Amino acid sequence: MSGKPAVELEDVHKSFGRTDVLRGIDLAVAEHEVVCLIGASGSGKSTLLRCVNLLEPLDRGRILLDGEEITAGGVDVNRVRREIGIVFQSYNLFPHMSVLGNVTLGPRKALGLSRAAAEARADELFARFGLEDKRDAYPDSLSGGQQQRVAIVRALALRPRLMLLDEITSALDPELVAEVLNVVRELAKGGMTMLIATHEMAFARDIADRVCFLDEGVILEEGPPARIFSSPQEPRTQQFLARIVEAGRL
Amino acid sequence: MLVLIVVNSPNWEEVKEQFFNWRVFKNSFPDIAEAFKTNVKLFLTAEVFILVLALFLAVLRSLPGPVFFPLRVLSTAYTDVFRGIPTILLVYLLGFGVPGLQLSGVPNSQFFWAAVALVLVYSAYVAEVYRAGIESIHPSQAAAARSLGLTHAQSMRYVVLPQAVRRVIPPLLNDFIGLQKDTALVALLGVVEAFRQSQIESAGAFNHTPYLATALLFLLLTIPLTRFTDWLIARNRRRELARA
Repeated sequence: MSGKPAVELEDVHKSFGRTDVLRGIDLAVAEHEVVCLIGASGSGKSTLLRCVNLLEPLDRGRILLDGEEITAGGVDVNRVRREIGIVFQSYNLFPHMSVLGNVTLGPRKALGLSRAAAEARADELFARFGLEDKRDAYPDSLSGGQQQRVAIVRALALRPRLMLLDEITSALDPELVAEVLNVVRELAKGGMTMLIATHEMAFARDIADRVCFLDEGVILEEGPPARIFSSPQEPRTQQFLARIVEAGRL
Repeated sequence: MLVLIVVNSPNWEEVKEQFFNWRVFKNSFPDIAEAFKTNVKLFLTAEVFILVLALFLAVLRSLPGPVFFPLRVLSTAYTDVFRGIPTILLVYLLGFGVPGLQLSGVPNSQFFWAAVALVLVYSAYVAEVYRAGIESIHPSQAAAARSLGLTHAQSMRYVVLPQAVRRVIPPLLNDFIGLQKDTALVALLGVVEAFRQSQIESAGAFNHTPYLATALLFLLLTIPLTRFTDWLIARNRRRELARA
């Protein structure tokens, strides 16, 4: 991959109680690169993303952002999180705030922007992603697809240098998936560095520069999507993809 | 049915005279109503401090990490102690004990110490209500706030607490109703409030009707508030169902 790495994971381990979820992950994502993580539920995709956003402390290993070790003690986690946007499967919008409130909270409180500056930033994003008419709506009046687009915009409002997308279409009705994926395509076109956990194989094949197959807490196989999807080497990858094809999802 | 049993009881005529005497009621009511203002003043003042102190206790208890362990323990100990002591005892202890110390610079007003006793007890209860509210907010909300770079305090202030408080307004009102009734306990200290006044009236008239007048005053206040609380609960449930 060209370019210097935006984020690097070195020998990352994480367990919950006796369950080893991540068992030694090494992964570097270059600037402007889009990396998709695929694998069965429970293979560690979400945990990996949560670790990068420092929502989960590591048991071993380290993570670097632009060469700085962010998992070291004494690092200001709030500063790091402002650099990294994350979007969750279940949107997690703040139900007591309007769309505008959701999107401006981070810029105002974490970045210290004035209300006017934060709103200008939000309006710019609403225009770019077709959400102008939802500006003053509350989350529970929006469709799942709209909520997820707002969640993406909320993360983007901090102007992160890296976006983590955690199965952002898994909770959506099928007919709402496309609008969300189109937002991600638009981001990729704009050169956003992204690490994406997804079950949408066709989407991964289409958007990813590189695909990583996670299995039982390790990256079993990685490569360009064309190779991973058409001629996977590892038996486990072949098995996984065969099941996906069988389900008519690829 | 119950009314029939009571009205047909052998001694009904005497009880009627003792408890339902219209003349005594009319005579005593204005003074009791006047004294009831003290109750109102007491619970309104106390409630303000209760809501603030309890929120502070609940937030202390939800602080994360080992650094704040001592503060969490302190807050837990507070709620354990003041929920465990009967209110009547605390009113006695503070109302007679503290002024008895004759410390300079410390208020000697028994109204003041009665209010303090009620604040201590009720803030322990209300802190638990707040805590239940905080814990009912799904951790993903705090995670979303933190992922935006907000500090723990900011995510509490802007994301968790606004939702938590909204959710616990009905139980808060329940405790507020409890507090209103418990203002009668300060009669023990000789503070002339509605219940104390009805004791005085009752002794003067050799008749128990003044107590009925007091009970009526309390009901006039608590029943509308109870109905309002029920309405809020029903509304919340409707909203939750609509969302699901």
